[in-house]
Amino acid sequence: MKEMGSMLLRREAFSELAIGNTAIARAMIEAGVRVASSYPGSPTPEIAEALRSIKPADRPFYFEFSTNEKVATELAFGAAINGRLSVVFFKSVGLNVAADSFVQLPLMDISGGLVIILGDDPGANSSQNEQDNRHYAKLSYCPLFEPASAQEAYDMFKKAAALARELRSAVILRLTTHVCHAKERIRFDAWHPKPVDDRPLFDPDSSNYIPIASAVFPMKRRALERLERLRLRLPLLGFDRVVDHGNAKRGIITAGLPFASLMDALDSLPEGTAKPDLLKLGAVYPFDEKLVLSFLRAHEEVKIVEELDTLLETDIKALAYDAGLRCSIRGKADIDELMGECTPAKAKRVLEAAWPGLFPAAAPRPPVADLPPPRPAQMCPGCGHRSAFYAIKKALRPQDITVADIGCHTLGHLPPYEMGRVLLSMGHSTATASGLSLCNDSRRVLCFLGDSTFFHAGLPGIVNAVYNAHRVLLIVMENGTTAMTGHQDHPGTGKNFSGDALKLPIRAALEGLGVQNIREVDTYKQKELTAMVVEALDEPGFKVIIARHPCMLKFTREARRKPGWGARRVQIDQGSCDRNHECVERFACPTFQRDEDGRVTVSQDLCIGDGSCRQTCPASAIVPDA
Amino acid sequence: MKSDFNIYMSGVGGQGIGLLAELLARACDYAGLTPRGCDTHGLAQRGGMVTSHLRLGAAHSALVPEGEADLVVSLERTEALRAADAMLREGGSLVWYDACWQALDVRRGENLPVRAEQVLAAAVLRKASAFKVLRDDLPDSRMQNVAVVAEILKRGIVPGLERGHVEAAMADLMSGSTLEANIALVRA
Repeated sequence: MKEMGSMLLRREAFSELAIGNTAIARAMIEAGVRVASSYPGSPTPEIAEALRSIKPADRPFYFEFSTNEKVATELAFGAAINGRLSVVFFKSVGLNVAADSFVQLPLMDISGGLVIILGDDPGANSSQNEQDNRHYAKLSYCPLFEPASAQEAYDMFKKAAALARELRSAVILRLTTHVCHAKERIRFDAWHPKPVDDRPLFDPDSSNYIPIASAVFPMKRRALERLERLRLRLPLLGFDRVVDHGNAKRGIITAGLPFASLMDALDSLPEGTAKPDLLKLGAVYPFDEKLVLSFLRAHEEVKIVEELDTLLETDIKALAYDAGLRCSIRGKADIDELMGECTPAKAKRVLEAAWPGLFPAAAPRPPVADLPPPRPAQMCPGCGHRSAFYAIKKALRPQDITVADIGCHTLGHLPPYEMGRVLLSMGHSTATASGLSLCNDSRRVLCFLGDSTFFHAGLPGIVNAVYNAHRVLLIVMENGTTAMTGHQDHPGTGKNFSGDALKLPIRAALEGLGVQNIREVDTYKQKELTAMVVEALDEPGFKVIIARHPCMLKFTREARRKPGWGARRVQIDQGSCDRNHECVERFACPTFQRDEDGRVTVSQDLCIGDGSCRQTCPASAIVPDA
Repeated sequence: MKSDFNIYMSGVGGQGIGLLAELLARACDYAGLTPRGCDTHGLAQRGGMVTSHLRLGAAHSALVPEGEADLVVSLERTEALRAADAMLREGGSLVWYDACWQALDVRRGENLPVRAEQVLAAAVLRKASAFKVLRDDLPDSRMQNVAVVAEILKRGIVPGLERGHVEAAMADLMSGSTLEANIALVRA
């Protein structure tokens, strides 16, 4: 069996099949990173999974999962102004959490260099929006580079890290979901570990680190001048690429993943079709204005294909206007071009809209009849959240308001539970619920919050609810892990990335914050949980129920590895089953399958034998498998 | 689009699509077929539809364009039908494991479960070869993904891919009795 950990530490150059995130982990090692931090969020957690595959004693640099993206950013910044090459990585919307500190970074003199790896998510594959974080680069004057493939992500990281160190600044490497997860054979360079020099270099006398009032301006000037210096360097970096098809009429300017999709689209053109030339920018902010101008001059019509928003389009049109160019520049044709991922099929549609008739008409494709509706995600067999939603729903009146938060428990908003009907962001639930409770003369308000999110961004809303005495019931859905992103530890688990850690119990944290009304229950005790909610909802002020059950996906995976493990299941006693269908329709564990004649069976592939379903059957027909 | 061969895999979160995709990608790499691929990660893995793309040869993007899969591999019947509609190329191949993991609409009695005949009819519509796999001799249901790989090898569906490549890929990914059991499955 190939061990990823030893692969990542190989000294000689080699090539291996790997995803972009794994390649980034190797690039961090080769670049001599000393400190890295993150908060888990798709599409980036596999960078940390790669690092985890290295035994703690052999890890070439310090890594931690911090409590949230802002903390992770500040941690990496602190290390970097002390002279350590540092990296922070997180998902797209994580930058909103980090933003208050992030926007200050370009003002600073960062002697060690700091690389911010963003996992943007065009197509909202696993995020609450598909925001285009290139805006943040412009907003803060932070350079941004963007690879189009896993190989390029690896190559670009190393150059970006060297550049961050040389410019004594922060730089952004913007990845997108299908760059992070793209798998290909990647050529890795040799690794020559440098001797570690951990002398702390922070020097507040050589550079000002306090941006207050007029002190901001020299710092802002330095940030802007740094961008101009970098712009002059861009031709030497090799991040940009021209694909010359010898087409003097048509050209395309693009960046990032759409490049691959466009290349596929152009490859599908019939033999003999004049293919548009392509300019692919890897340095997106700032971009190489001379290169863009010469490309515009060389073509009569240029289509700009960028995923999501019109950053390049706006700047390139302004550039062409100032240069007095007559080239026809075609930007986004409609709202659809502002949305979603630029897949090969979409690249084709976008080019066809710009240049009608470029592609031959596709043969009509008859649809398959009677297609099933889309299959929504759902909670796993045995999930403690299912028991919680099932039990809590029984305690509510139909008009009560339930507020969701982010985590596996967000899935409670789907049928049949329909619990948690409004969602903004990580940790929003308590404060949104507090607002819903105000000037509201009849509807009771309940909100959910996961345990990792409790520490991430849940605390301020709770403090506010205590301080301002909001009449809200908070249910903390504690499953002992950060389940949705791949079971990372958090401050409540007693473990951190390096090993054992001080455990911060949620109850103690709540008590410390002044919450006086706290209950705790295992979610499998459904009757007890229902009764607690009934009672708590009508009490005054802010109340918390800690509804606890370990993540059963993690639990079962770990149990399978232990000696003596044997599969357990439940079965339906067909003699007692009266087909009331509580198990399939309202408890709705995916294990239960329903025949065309209404008979219920238990899936042998899915059932884990946890038995949380048995208490839900009015006919007591769910029994342990003999 | 000039990929030499496109494979699209689908199933339900928890069925082992990740391992299937990694196994096929590595086997194609051993066969010198220049694989490029991409998996679903994150939220959808929780019991939702999970897909994976694998392209061999000169492709640039890791994503198989709609309607251009030379081979659709599904680990579940409902998802096989859906993939045959969206992804299967005319004249391609469809190999599916005939497990049925009912989605909520079926369990709530709103829709009837998809039948194997519907999948076969979809393959006919696409003028594709269809191979149903369903075995009662698997020591572990988590080996359904490898049972499907065994069928792909037996039918010689991926040009240039042979059993030795798959076994070499298995040795990269598994060890001990798991490795032995899975090698036995592709040799049988």
